[in-house]
Amino acid sequence: MAKNDELIGLSLAEARDKLKAKEITSAELTDAYIAEMEAGRDLNAYVLETAEQAREMAKASDAKLAKGEGGAIEGVPLGIKDLFCTKDVRSTACSHILDGYTPAYESTVTSQLWRDGAVMLGKLNNDEFAMGSSNETSFYGPVTNPWRRNGDDTKLVPGGSSGGSSAAVAAKLCLGATATDTGGSIRQPAAFTGTVGIKPTYGRCSRWGIVAFASSLDQAGPITRDVRDAAIMLKSMAGHDPQDTTSVDRPVPDYEAALGQGVKGLTVGIPKEYRVDGMPEEIDALWSQGIEWLKAAGANIKEVSLPHTKYALPAYYIVAPAEASSNLARYDGVRYGLRVDGKDITEMYENTRAEGFGDEVRRRVLIGTYVLSAGYYDAYYLKAQKVRSLIAHDFRQAFSEVDVLLTPTAPSAAFGIGEKSDDPLSMYLNDVFTVTVNLAGLPGISVPAGLSKEGLPLGLQLIGRGFDEETLFRTAHKLEEAAQFTAAPEAWWRS
Amino acid sequence: MEIGKRVAREEDWIQGATGDWEIVLGLEVHAQVTSKAKLFSGASTEFGAEQNTHVSLVDAALPGMLPVINRVCVEQAVKTGLGLKAKINLRSVFDRKNYFYPDLPQGYQISQFKHPIVGEGEIEIDLPEERTEKIGIERLHLEQDAGKSVHDMHPSMSHVDLNRSGVALMEIVSRPDMRSAEEAQAYVRKLRTILRYLGTCDGNMEQGSLRADVNVSVRKPGGELGTRCEIKNVNSIRFIGQAIEHEARRQIEILEEGGKIDQETRLFDPKTGETRSMRSKEEAHDYRYFPDPDLLPLELQQEDVDRIAASLPELPDEKKERLMADYGLSAYDATVLVSDGARADFFEEVAKGRDPKLAVNWVNGDLFAALNREGHSLEASPVSAKQLGELLDLISDNTISGRIAKDVFDSMYKTGRNAIEIVEKEGLRQVTDTGAIEAAIDEVIAANPDKVEQVKTKPKLAGWFVGQVMKATSGKANPQLVNEILAKKIDIPSED
Repeated sequence: MAKNDELIGLSLAEARDKLKAKEITSAELTDAYIAEMEAGRDLNAYVLETAEQAREMAKASDAKLAKGEGGAIEGVPLGIKDLFCTKDVRSTACSHILDGYTPAYESTVTSQLWRDGAVMLGKLNNDEFAMGSSNETSFYGPVTNPWRRNGDDTKLVPGGSSGGSSAAVAAKLCLGATATDTGGSIRQPAAFTGTVGIKPTYGRCSRWGIVAFASSLDQAGPITRDVRDAAIMLKSMAGHDPQDTTSVDRPVPDYEAALGQGVKGLTVGIPKEYRVDGMPEEIDALWSQGIEWLKAAGANIKEVSLPHTKYALPAYYIVAPAEASSNLARYDGVRYGLRVDGKDITEMYENTRAEGFGDEVRRRVLIGTYVLSAGYYDAYYLKAQKVRSLIAHDFRQAFSEVDVLLTPTAPSAAFGIGEKSDDPLSMYLNDVFTVTVNLAGLPGISVPAGLSKEGLPLGLQLIGRGFDEETLFRTAHKLEEAAQFTAAPEAWWRS
Repeated sequence: MEIGKRVAREEDWIQGATGDWEIVLGLEVHAQVTSKAKLFSGASTEFGAEQNTHVSLVDAALPGMLPVINRVCVEQAVKTGLGLKAKINLRSVFDRKNYFYPDLPQGYQISQFKHPIVGEGEIEIDLPEERTEKIGIERLHLEQDAGKSVHDMHPSMSHVDLNRSGVALMEIVSRPDMRSAEEAQAYVRKLRTILRYLGTCDGNMEQGSLRADVNVSVRKPGGELGTRCEIKNVNSIRFIGQAIEHEARRQIEILEEGGKIDQETRLFDPKTGETRSMRSKEEAHDYRYFPDPDLLPLELQQEDVDRIAASLPELPDEKKERLMADYGLSAYDATVLVSDGARADFFEEVAKGRDPKLAVNWVNGDLFAALNREGHSLEASPVSAKQLGELLDLISDNTISGRIAKDVFDSMYKTGRNAIEIVEKEGLRQVTDTGAIEAAIDEVIAANPDKVEQVKTKPKLAGWFVGQVMKATSGKANPQLVNEILAKKIDIPSED
């Protein structure tokens, strides 16, 4: 185990360098992670382990590395959120309705990771169709956060919807994980698990082959142990795809190269509307600490106003369910996935969708159907779209004065499994700081910045201009340096 | 003219028990775009392929699949819009029309609702007695076709064929500007002709490339618009006529009995010639249209529109004007010719350097009579334009008479041989040798002294002599010469 501990202790960047230097092999690294993945089954982070495939991919990577060849992340073992379609590997979006669905195609994002040499360990748990903020809505059951409160073994949620990704990265069950973010599904889980998660600008990564939740908001991004690892992974995941006409054709910068640039001369905006009522004092304090760190690193700090922030959450919970209600119409039992027979086609639809979708998905399909209905469209969907324009306008105004915004990622630390699952509204409030970014299509990153009184990780979020991920990485890197976040969960799941 | 203002001609009114009624008609035509690939995927649009062989991942709506617009279909829609003299919208938006049906894999149809690619335009329809009417086009938008449900392959199950799923359609919506079944049929014919000229839709109604939804309402002539019923998917011009006639009478009957028309969707049954209710307004779907977030708004550049406009072929109305001006054709003849671009082209080839009136009579007359009789298309005509032209030359230079030419033509049609070859082989050259004609006339006179006497008082008998001479020469004698010589030989009084 000692050798394994050493191997899994390496960051993605370190592992990459050692693989290139032939100090380690992908086979041994992959085996170490397979062992961790198996030892960590209690966390329920993986919904499908693909150990055999991982070993084959590692072997192929080693052959390339031996010849001094291979891609940017050759031989690096990753976990893949189940929302990504993976060729010949079951992909269900953690929904019963996609039971046994095995695509004959590979999502663009994952195919780019394989192109660059990554190794797939398995498919990671998520909220069903990415609808949730705690990973409790998965058909495969909740994921347990590797972190626990001090002296308390209550099982906590890892955040959602990318809870499998955040838990697996935090528990070192993979070197990095793909994730997706529609309203905070990368950043909030990252904050809950002491990991780094970036949602890039809308259009930066292809959505082709990712099971759609809300098309105008969905974006893929990585969850990793540190900022450098996120920069490395995003470089592989990003890029234009002619198969997704909402992806944008512009070059992908070398994000890693932006890391050392510091924040001197940058102006960091502090949006005053993000000081919400009832926010825990310790989060407020962490935010102030973050401001001090960036100031000390040479950044200018400026308070800005994003006046329409308070309308973001309601607008989001109209737009996202509206698109979802339509995106999920294809799961009808006719062509693939679950079918529950009925006496006629209508009954078959009803039976299939009633049994195939969980409560949260049904709730959102109902909300979405309602807000798009004749007579309600103008009052809800159209108004929400107007709010969306106003929010985007707020950000444009702010970015005429500042280079990057600093906010908390989530209004609380991780909560207990089951604590909020009966209260959708309080669950939705988890996204209060993150949804604005999706509505405006901007990039946002969450960086672990400290621990709560109870010993749980807390994150700070940076928001950037569209396609200016480089400034995010550079600022996040400074924050990371200043925060010196070295705490790690005790590996209780191994015993 | 304002919507619905035109009043039908009295002869188009329908007589009811309580008085006259007028029909008001608007059509939504679905025209399949001529393109190799579908609207949002690369799958083939080939007709008649084995079931479910032209289905891409997008067409089957597999998880995570995204539509990508086919630029060819966009260009075809723009071309059609220009052909309908319509406004081209440089910015249009694709919406989702949501409903569940087994042959609709996405659970929504991608269509254009609020912002179609083509706005208002106009079609001039051609009616009997050289009457024309202008019919307004409200809009044209692009949308996906659905797949096909097949109900006769299994006793209790239905099958779905997705070959058509995602094929590009243009929905062309008219204003309620038509007032009779005849006008609606003329509208579809004219629209089909324009589409074929443009090459944007093959107009094949049997294969479903062109289908019409017909909106029918009735009113007292010139009165308030009545409640309309929509008859879905009528797939032949004849059925359009039948459906309208039946539906109008049904509505009049209800109204005259004091009832009211329920706005509903109806189906036409070609077996009974009747329409029946499909779903009422209450059962109508709430399609929950909203902009498709997978597709950015469709932006066109004016330069692209201009380029397409510059490439437009001559359209039927322009061609008709030109044929009338250049060849001195009647409006009727020109209209018949331009109803099919190939027919007009055929005519022009035949008429080149020849008498246009003779050419049009032969093309629209004898040639098409033979093609229709034999069930041939013009493309499959055994007589080419060049061959027909050569036949006309033989008439013009008096090698054969017009009468003999008809026999020669029949023989050409049967054998595919050239006119001159037939004339020579069959010895059909016209007899212009005055000596031979004189001899024949003399023989007839000698054999019929009584008739010679009679003709002196009955000038009409002259025709009988001509007939006898023609008979004696197997129809080959030049009729003009026969008349001239006959007049010299016998004393025929003038007919005054």
